[in-house]
Amino acid sequence: MRRGYVMNKLKFIIESAVKNNPTFVLLLGMCPTLGTTNSAVNGMSMGLATMGVLICSNTVISLLRNVIPDKVRIPAFIVVIASFVSVLQMIMQAYMPALYETLGIFIPLIVVNCILLGRAEAFASKNNVTDSFCDGVGVGLGFTVSLTLLGAVREFLGTGRIFNMEVYGEEYGSLVFVLAPGAFIALGLLIAFVNNIKSHS
Amino acid sequence: MLAYISIIITAIFVNNIVFAQFLGICPFLGVSKRISSAAGMGMAVTFVMAVATVVTYMLQEYVLVPLGITFLQTIAFILVIAALVQVLEIVIKKAMPVLYQALGVFLPLITTNCAVLGVAILVIQKEMTLIESLVYAVSTALGFTLALVVFAGIREQLALAKVPKPLQGTPIALITAGILAMAFMGFAGIKIG
Amino acid sequence: MKNMVLSLGLITIAASLILGSVYAITADKIAKAEVKAQVDAIKEVAPDFDNNPLEEKYVYISEPDKKTGADIIVYPAKNGGKLVGAAVKSFSMDGFSGEITVMYGFDAEGKINDYKVLKHAETAGLGSKMQEWFRMKNGDRCILGLNPATHKMRVKKDGGNVDAITAATISSRAFLDALDKACKAYMEFKENEEGICYE
Repeated sequence: MRRGYVMNKLKFIIESAVKNNPTFVLLLGMCPTLGTTNSAVNGMSMGLATMGVLICSNTVISLLRNVIPDKVRIPAFIVVIASFVSVLQMIMQAYMPALYETLGIFIPLIVVNCILLGRAEAFASKNNVTDSFCDGVGVGLGFTVSLTLLGAVREFLGTGRIFNMEVYGEEYGSLVFVLAPGAFIALGLLIAFVNNIKSHS
Repeated sequence: MLAYISIIITAIFVNNIVFAQFLGICPFLGVSKRISSAAGMGMAVTFVMAVATVVTYMLQEYVLVPLGITFLQTIAFILVIAALVQVLEIVIKKAMPVLYQALGVFLPLITTNCAVLGVAILVIQKEMTLIESLVYAVSTALGFTLALVVFAGIREQLALAKVPKPLQGTPIALITAGILAMAFMGFAGIKIG
Repeated sequence: MKNMVLSLGLITIAASLILGSVYAITADKIAKAEVKAQVDAIKEVAPDFDNNPLEEKYVYISEPDKKTGADIIVYPAKNGGKLVGAAVKSFSMDGFSGEITVMYGFDAEGKINDYKVLKHAETAGLGSKMQEWFRMKNGDRCILGLNPATHKMRVKKDGGNVDAITAATISSRAFLDALDKACKAYMEFKENEEGICYE
């Protein structure tokens, strides 16, 4: 019984990570997706940071869903999300200053990441706390995996490395993939690849 | 004077907000199917960005810093921007119905346009003066409009082209944007003064 | 209506309270992390020291930067009270994409001990190679162990003795420009320091 419950939740998490994948299905949160994925590590860090805020905001918004009057729900959601982002900013500045510096402006900009407000409005404001928590984990996981994947592809094609481990010589890499144009092109090709798989299955 | 021209050229071409800084991508991909709507969105963003940057700059300078509560920056800025967009919508609707007809549909979308909050935070980080901030905000928004209109022009043509099935829609749009970004990289290294 | 204002107000107040307390906990840590980052950069480039270079810093403003007031900071490194060198935080506005900031380390004689690029916006894979390039042993790339007073720190195209980064001459020039300023700052600092000693 207990085991079935956990399995159910796990299934739900994986389903929301795949079906509601922000990058490849919903096409949300494009700015950090393109802006922070010049390496696999950076992409993963950004994904995890967003996931942390998403889980917290989903949980709290679900807790407050019966208290917040319908008309002011959007400002209320924004306040909740912005608070968690600020907390994240301070914690990162204190304990991971180097990473904070690398991700730069994209950390405060988690506030306007459409994924967060989107999940708050579409899911957390209508469902109970456990489900909202799991939804946060699932969608956050989907986002993290996508960003890591995009980061790894760009790092591999651009510098010949994955997660900083050399695979082939850097001088054979195609630099453009680490630069701005490569972000657009790599993401475009990845989405095309996913579309292709979907149409065949 | 030269300093301002330098800010303008840099913000529009060299450090284009879409192609070099990756901000405002959602409206860039979402509202770029037709040139007319791209221009409308661009104008709305220019307007909001100019007002929002000045207001958040004053908020930072005269409220957050004197009170020593700069850690509330993110939350204060986003609330001010959200409120501002609402107020602007009401004001424009009452005072300038023609403008509202043109921009109305885009205004609510701007709150979650990360370029607006991004520029508001950037001018504080770069320690600009109020005038510099205003110039920077307007020229950044013009750069956004330029990117949007050029991209929409290409997409209008693209709609007539035969695109392989998996690439249709967003993928080909992203690849086109990538090639445009490459073109904009040609502006790198331009220096004035 | 009353309900709406009340609940929104309560949420905002609760949020600010939480943020305030997190700030109270982390403020100290953030300040310490900033100091640590600076000290680490100094340690990385300067010879071993036992003083606090941040407290003894010396500010230098180069002639062309008088207008903007942008300063170069010399962090003296001392061991047992004796000057063994310094770390100098210098900059150049002439990079390919604007400003670059570099921390240069010198020994007591003025030879370059090491350097660390702190901030730049140069093109990835080209200008961004600064951190590795000028320590490579091939050709005339390496500047470590050389004294800018005797070795011409200019790219070869400009009649100097240093190999520029392939396809990134502008970044290389900016790097050497910042080095030149750092060197001048260090010389001025040493003159003042010795002046004090003789008094």
